[in-house]
Amino acid sequence: MRYLPHTEAEIAEMLRVVGAERLEDLFAAVPAGCRLDRPLALPEPLSEPELLRHAAGLAGPAPAHRVFLGAGAYDHHVPAAIPPLFSRAEFLTAYTPYQPEVSQGTLQAIYEYQTLVSRLLGMEISNASVYDGASALAEALLLAIRVTRRHRVALSRAVHPAYRQVVRTYLEPGGYEIVELPWAADGRTDLSGLDAEEDLAAVAVQSPNFFGCIEDLEAACGATRARGGLAVVTFTEALAYGLLRSPGACGADLACGEGQSLGLPLSFGGPYLGIFTARQRFLRQMPGRLVGRTDDRDGRPGFVITLATREQHIRREKATSNICSNQNLCALTAAAYLALLGKTGIRELARLNRDKAEYLKAGLVRAGAEVPLAAPTFHEFVVHLPPGAPERLRDRGFVPGLPLGPLFPELEGAHLVCVTETKSREDLDAFLEEVGP
Amino acid sequence: MTARVGTTGLVFEEPPIWERSRPGRTGFSLPRRDVPEAALPPGLEGEAPDLPELTEADVVRHFTRLSQWNVSVDTTTYPLGSCTMKYNPRLHEAVVALEGLRAAHPLLPPALAQGPLRILWEAERFLAEITGMDAVSLQPAAGAQGELTGILVIRAFLARRGERRTKILVPDTAHGTNPASAALCGLRPVPVASGPDGVLEPAAVEAVMDEGVAGIMVTNPNTLGLFEENLKEVAEIVHAKGGLVYCDGANLNALMGVVRMGDLGVDAMHLNLHKTFSAPHGGGGPGSGPLCVRAPFEPFLPVPRIVERPDGSLDLDHGRPLSVGRVHAFYGNFGVIVRAWAYIRSMGAEGLRRASELAVLNANYVKERLKDVLHLPYDRPCLHECVFTDRNQTPRKVTALDMAKRLIDYGYHPPTIYFPLVVRGALMIEPTETESKADLDGLIEALRAIAAEAEAEPQVLHDAPVRAKRRRLDEAAAARSPCLTG
Repeated sequence: MRYLPHTEAEIAEMLRVVGAERLEDLFAAVPAGCRLDRPLALPEPLSEPELLRHAAGLAGPAPAHRVFLGAGAYDHHVPAAIPPLFSRAEFLTAYTPYQPEVSQGTLQAIYEYQTLVSRLLGMEISNASVYDGASALAEALLLAIRVTRRHRVALSRAVHPAYRQVVRTYLEPGGYEIVELPWAADGRTDLSGLDAEEDLAAVAVQSPNFFGCIEDLEAACGATRARGGLAVVTFTEALAYGLLRSPGACGADLACGEGQSLGLPLSFGGPYLGIFTARQRFLRQMPGRLVGRTDDRDGRPGFVITLATREQHIRREKATSNICSNQNLCALTAAAYLALLGKTGIRELARLNRDKAEYLKAGLVRAGAEVPLAAPTFHEFVVHLPPGAPERLRDRGFVPGLPLGPLFPELEGAHLVCVTETKSREDLDAFLEEVGP
Repeated sequence: MTARVGTTGLVFEEPPIWERSRPGRTGFSLPRRDVPEAALPPGLEGEAPDLPELTEADVVRHFTRLSQWNVSVDTTTYPLGSCTMKYNPRLHEAVVALEGLRAAHPLLPPALAQGPLRILWEAERFLAEITGMDAVSLQPAAGAQGELTGILVIRAFLARRGERRTKILVPDTAHGTNPASAALCGLRPVPVASGPDGVLEPAAVEAVMDEGVAGIMVTNPNTLGLFEENLKEVAEIVHAKGGLVYCDGANLNALMGVVRMGDLGVDAMHLNLHKTFSAPHGGGGPGSGPLCVRAPFEPFLPVPRIVERPDGSLDLDHGRPLSVGRVHAFYGNFGVIVRAWAYIRSMGAEGLRRASELAVLNANYVKERLKDVLHLPYDRPCLHECVFTDRNQTPRKVTALDMAKRLIDYGYHPPTIYFPLVVRGALMIEPTETESKADLDGLIEALRAIAAEAEAEPQVLHDAPVRAKRRRLDEAAAARSPCLTG
């Protein structure tokens, strides 16, 4: 086996040193009744070319369909410069930077990630990332519960349904109550119910929300903070903040969501990037790793994991979270992606995404489709396609968005359609052609 | 061969990336604008985020320089205990890059996602066979999330039986994530001391086990690298009082094809695919922490479940009323799971067992060859890792930290230090099976040389490292006045 370096002679010599006769003897401490008495039932091993061929057969060719799916995972172009940088062994095959002297590369890159996502979202601090947007939101609400010592949170129904499920899973054991805020006719969260609420730890809205609608974050954050709760903004499309007013500018206390758009492939749902940013005053309640700047003994600048006394390996059951691994390589990718785009690039790219979506939306309305939600959208929108159009599109090699009926019965028959910069005008015109006149 | 494989080369200083910024640069190739501009309603547009402006070459050079400051498995022996820093096959990087996997949207209609679903389905079956369990959820994104999901499943199972138990037993050798995950599930961890041999004693478990205890979280092999030889008996004690047995599978690398936790009375366990199954650690993630359970717990696993239809096609089943819900927006860290799947397909049953045997051989070899110079608190055969302490060096005021830092000067990554907590001044060495005898001899010679230095010139150790990019960093100052952004 090419990954196992031992020759038979070396094994014999090492066994002699440890005082064993055979490899099996090394397991003498395992009582006989605990041992497996047969080989594992696994398929025969494959050689490298066999495995590549087998995997390529399973994976199939690049999707021939024109896919207009978003809903929390977005098809953006990944710059060619990125994969080679983060398949560099020094980033790829290192462990968590517990020994800072030999991990300055990872540490400085995380510090840069923390800085750039904070700037993107208009927030003051960021951690080194959590698992994904959904668990970032769940952790944000747990933070709010710790800080406010209140046990109820409000969650907009226009937050991604899977995120709401993850929040329920994380909050249920603590017995915390989740109040769901409905959405109004225009597709944005109806905040009027907050008037009757007094003891909320947090109010969480997503913008752009699950329907692609841009929320009135300032109103949501203002109403929340007026009631002593924490204003939590979540998002599935971080790129939107290349164009839109940032959560920080709108008054968010915590901005926690998904960073997959920032240079990560779709990869059937993961690994993605849980972005967790906050105002400075929540520093000591943050979950997960933080990297900070310091000096070495010779006074040269360097970086370390800091405030680890919040974390599980020190604080154990009193930790701010149980999280240990982050999504480090994904965070580094996002930092490089943001650096490649830069201040002007991100604005232009975000605008192009929206403009392409608007082009398709306008064309669909002209072709007889109905857009039921009137609020402005970013690059996703809800649409009732004319009868027969979804089937026609599917037959012609399109995946015309996500059918919403199973998730929202009130939107039965509607699709959530997403357009990114990867779709050309030709793709959009072809979509429109199938829809109708 | 000299004990010192590390040497100094040209190491570049590199400032934070924004210091390279010059107004007007970009490193991104924007697609042609082929649609008209659509005005954004007033009040929605924000200030452009203050991102640095760089060319592609700036960004590539910056991160290439940064990468050169890291030590990694591909550069040297990385014997970090409890972390299983084995070689990460390059083949797996080629597999995840296959366009049909890389570009697959997670919400594709299942008919268009049969390839990715098949890999997930097979990975579940393989992991069930390896652990002796019946069902697997691949959703947890790392070990700690696997634990959380496991305890949630146990909690839901007990609730279904009409029981609400509030405590959980956690041995003192446990990883910190164990008590933290239990606490997140509303359970109070009750510590159980390990016995003089470093393993759990049934009597100690019996003494604290009662009807208020939901179960026990056991790491096997434990963090001393020892097999929990009484686990079957412990499981019987816990089961007799209606509790359940959870196993932290972080150390499975010792036991593949040798022992299956499902055969020892374990009800649920998580694995760390980024440890045992060769997926790279990425400097701290992404990981993957699948949860494996016995059949009675299957209805409680996260949704959606992958199911095989009578026609052989795969589908996603969301209709599981007893499920604990979701822990991930989609199906977990798919790319990491693909690497583990590829590893299992490359190794086969015999290869996996051989890997465990050699991992154990390597750890015992290191233990035997160092125990005359480093204090070995549990002098008995170990499994995949061995734990020394700094006791022999204490009279010279040399600590585990000093020895770890000095090892850097010799060109090796330090072992895990000060863990497990039950051993004072611990140095925990896990060589893994992919280090050759020559690699281990180099590491052993380095540690022996360091032990000699500790006697002769301890100041050298206090000053270490001197050959890394940076000398020891002021962690106290970093925590006192935190600076997390530039």
